Amino acid sequence: MVKVAVIQFPGSNCDLDALKILQKTIKVPTDLVWHKDLKRDQYDAYVLPGGFSYGDYLRAGAIAATSPSIQIIREATEEGKPILGICNGFQILVEAGILPGAVLRNSGLRFVCKWTRLRIESTKTPFTRGASKGQILRIPIAHNEGRYYLDKDQLDELERNEQIVLRYVDENDIPTVDSNPNGSLDNIAGICDKKRNVMGLMPHPERASLPILSPSNHPEGRVIFDSMAETLEPSLGGK
Amino acid sequence: MTRPIIEERLSLTLVEVQKPNLTDEEVQYAIQTLQREPNEVEWAMLEAQWSEHCSYKSSKPLLKQLPSKGTKVLVGPGFDAGVIDVGDGWVVTLHIESHNHPSAIDPYGGAATGVGGVVRDILSLGSRPVALLDPLRFGSIESSHSRWLFDNVVRGIADYGNCIGVPTVGGEVEFDPSFERNCLVDVVCVGLGRKDKLVLGEARNPGDLVYLVGGRTGRDGIRGASFASKTLADKSDTERSAVQVPDPFTKKLIIEAILEAVEANILRGMKDLGGGGLTCGLAEIAAKAGTGIEVDLSKIQTREPNMLPAEVMISESQERMILLIREEDERELVNILEKWELSFAKIGHVTKDGLLTIRWGNEIVAKAPAKFVAEAPFATRSAVRPRYLDVLAEVPEPALPEDLGQTLIELLSSPNIASKEWIYRQYDHEVGIRTIIKPGQADSALLCLPNKRSLALTTDGNSKQCYVDPYWGTMGVVSEALCNLVASGAEPVAVVDHLQYGDPGNPEVYWTFKEAIRAISNYLKALSVPCIGGKVSFYNEDSTSRKAIKPSPVIAALGLVEPKTPRILQALRKEENDLIVIGNTSDEMGGSEYYEHIHKLAGGRVPRVNLKKERTLLRSLLRTLRSGRVESIHDVSKGGLAVALAEMSVQGRKGVTVDLDKVPNKTSRMDNLLFSESRSRFILETKPMNTTRIVNSFKRLGIPASKVGSVSDNGIEFLAKGQAMLTIPMAEASRAWSEAIPAAMEATI
Repeated sequence: MVKVAVIQFPGSNCDLDALKILQKTIKVPTDLVWHKDLKRDQYDAYVLPGGFSYGDYLRAGAIAATSPSIQIIREATEEGKPILGICNGFQILVEAGILPGAVLRNSGLRFVCKWTRLRIESTKTPFTRGASKGQILRIPIAHNEGRYYLDKDQLDELERNEQIVLRYVDENDIPTVDSNPNGSLDNIAGICDKKRNVMGLMPHPERASLPILSPSNHPEGRVIFDSMAETLEPSLGGK
Repeated sequence: MTRPIIEERLSLTLVEVQKPNLTDEEVQYAIQTLQREPNEVEWAMLEAQWSEHCSYKSSKPLLKQLPSKGTKVLVGPGFDAGVIDVGDGWVVTLHIESHNHPSAIDPYGGAATGVGGVVRDILSLGSRPVALLDPLRFGSIESSHSRWLFDNVVRGIADYGNCIGVPTVGGEVEFDPSFERNCLVDVVCVGLGRKDKLVLGEARNPGDLVYLVGGRTGRDGIRGASFASKTLADKSDTERSAVQVPDPFTKKLIIEAILEAVEANILRGMKDLGGGGLTCGLAEIAAKAGTGIEVDLSKIQTREPNMLPAEVMISESQERMILLIREEDERELVNILEKWELSFAKIGHVTKDGLLTIRWGNEIVAKAPAKFVAEAPFATRSAVRPRYLDVLAEVPEPALPEDLGQTLIELLSSPNIASKEWIYRQYDHEVGIRTIIKPGQADSALLCLPNKRSLALTTDGNSKQCYVDPYWGTMGVVSEALCNLVASGAEPVAVVDHLQYGDPGNPEVYWTFKEAIRAISNYLKALSVPCIGGKVSFYNEDSTSRKAIKPSPVIAALGLVEPKTPRILQALRKEENDLIVIGNTSDEMGGSEYYEHIHKLAGGRVPRVNLKKERTLLRSLLRTLRSGRVESIHDVSKGGLAVALAEMSVQGRKGVTVDLDKVPNKTSRMDNLLFSESRSRFILETKPMNTTRIVNSFKRLGIPASKVGSVSDNGIEFLAKGQAMLTIPMAEASRAWSEAIPAAMEATI
């Protein structure tokens, strides 16, 4: 039986939201797992939710990146299991070195909460395979540190490997300075690792997975979770 | 080692009680009741608990006038929060708090701990905090001091609320020079819980263990309550130690740990520690149940060494809760607290004797009846109608502006009217995945409940009108709140009030306070809506200017939206739809943004509420909204009709053409018609085929209603006698409205 874990760190605050969407909307069996209670080989996919793990003290995600659960995540990465880091979860994956780069303080030096337009740059991940390249998703962001950064060589490599998965775009679907809410390099909103099974993104797809919460009643964030569910399905075998 | 000696001296200067900050009558009453002179610890406790802030000694008798009962009310005033039954076993909790004095000297920390305080109130009933709203008041945005306060208050609220994962879904801001040195920082919190899991702040069971959980006890916030119960002075900056230190991360852990304990059904009583600290928490929880409590202060984990008993008893260190449990549930509670890595201490137990017995190890350092400590003697205050009201009532009419279009632009860029996006962008308003109507989209925020209903929330205040006319101004505030709820398709269910004034010892200030309570009470009784709690904040004045703030009653209101009610926003939707105005416009310009901002004029006739018609109007409007025949709606408030239409227009990126001759009115001048803030008016956008039916449904009930124009693809255009009266391009209106606050705030701080 396929099972997903939403990992709860002290200070996670989107854990229950992700859990609710996975269980009730996507209908994938999902457990909320306290970070110290995570055991090897119990789950087929992992979600690191948003929030302020350890109060974001030191640096966003820095302390949670030393949690014993991260070692298990690292091993799962090697096994090719789908791993999704949302907002603070993305920051944790970057701090742990599982995803490249750094997530810096927003260029406006203020917390920003708003709905953004995102363009799908790659469908070759377990979280975007159900979307089409160039498709636009309206999903909100809410963060203080969302300015993705890495050096030129690494950026080229990211680009070459099609590791950039989502970019902030404007009404004409073009990445512009005005449509970039946090000064992120190249308007990057989400990336994946080289093996393509780990994805981190600053926007919150769980907040755009119910029609009633979404603009024009279109829950455009759920394609991320639906894609993950589709990816997991084959392993069910007999079903 | 010299260090401990220095520490000891420091603590002495902090707590040394020259003369307790109590009145002579209170001192006499204390000595008579105890039949002896209270000791140093007891004086400190009485000073904290009998402060205006904790005891409501000047307001309690008056507050009893407010209606507090209703079929949905499970818990009313007198507890940490009011509780409303929203059906299917779910309850909603509601409370409002302020942190005015702390925010005036440390805006970031003061505002942040203000959020922390009200969140604890909601938590202490066993409910999960699910929404925050922030009514804020500052001096003129032109003043750099006010901008500094404003910027840091917003950051403080944002950093705290965002971190603990409670969305800030609404609020309001008013700028007025009377708040220059006394900003008002109010926070409303809403919680969601199960009826069968409610926990009360009562120590009902002798033998129960008393646990102190959360943050450690330090010297911060020492005498915060008495600090809040006097006026600010120039040297108030030196009272920073009276401001508590925020720690939202610990608060988040406390929230989750407590809710886990609630889920496990092991909490028999709970109380948050806020103003007055441990003194207030222990005294109230025992007094409510007629029991006593015995605690040993030496068990408490302190943040610094050598704290004195009196300091521990009145420290207002944040993030602390008192939990009452049965002895057999101790292991389970400790497991939960250890999982969340919270510090905690078993400090005592509930007793039958009705006494607060405070020990330090084996030594008893204070002992007094809990009821005596918890219930301060009432303060008798006299009230005299202020003479300045007569002057304000008689202000001469201003000259008619030559260019009313320019006037409208100026009003749209007044910070009291302009878009508040700069603020709510900094607040996470989505976390919790419940926010259906987001900030700025409609007159109330809307949250979905687990049972298919949704919750409408709004807060309102209007200090300018309450200054010119304390009675009608206040009633207008309550009316505005209920109109906002109904405009979002909600049935009003309950309100909480926050009454903020100067020194209650000033008979003129006290009179304005009494008038406010009379107005709220009369309105709520007429509408059969209960007030389920609230807060009073006096002494909002400073010794430098010797001026009190303008009277600032603030109302937070909660309504329920039935399933299948359409979600209707402010933004205009489609060209050629009709525009309907409901309600009458009169020459009621007192306290209006038009008088104050354009003409720098305080005074005039403040809008009145027609109490006989209000209920009929709101019922009828709710019925119309539920019918699904309304495309967009906005209530008319600050800036009047012209501003309300411009806001709908800018948000929907559509123009409007309005014939002023068709607006139901009794005004004598064109500017009054455009900018009057007469109460209980709404603008509705409807499809042409539905217009007549809607207009007639109101007229039949004797409520003025009329089709006044239509949605266009042009700018904003008002006609009178067939001629264009006022025309402004959309882009200009949009710029004025959207850019005013960011321009003021991002340029210079």
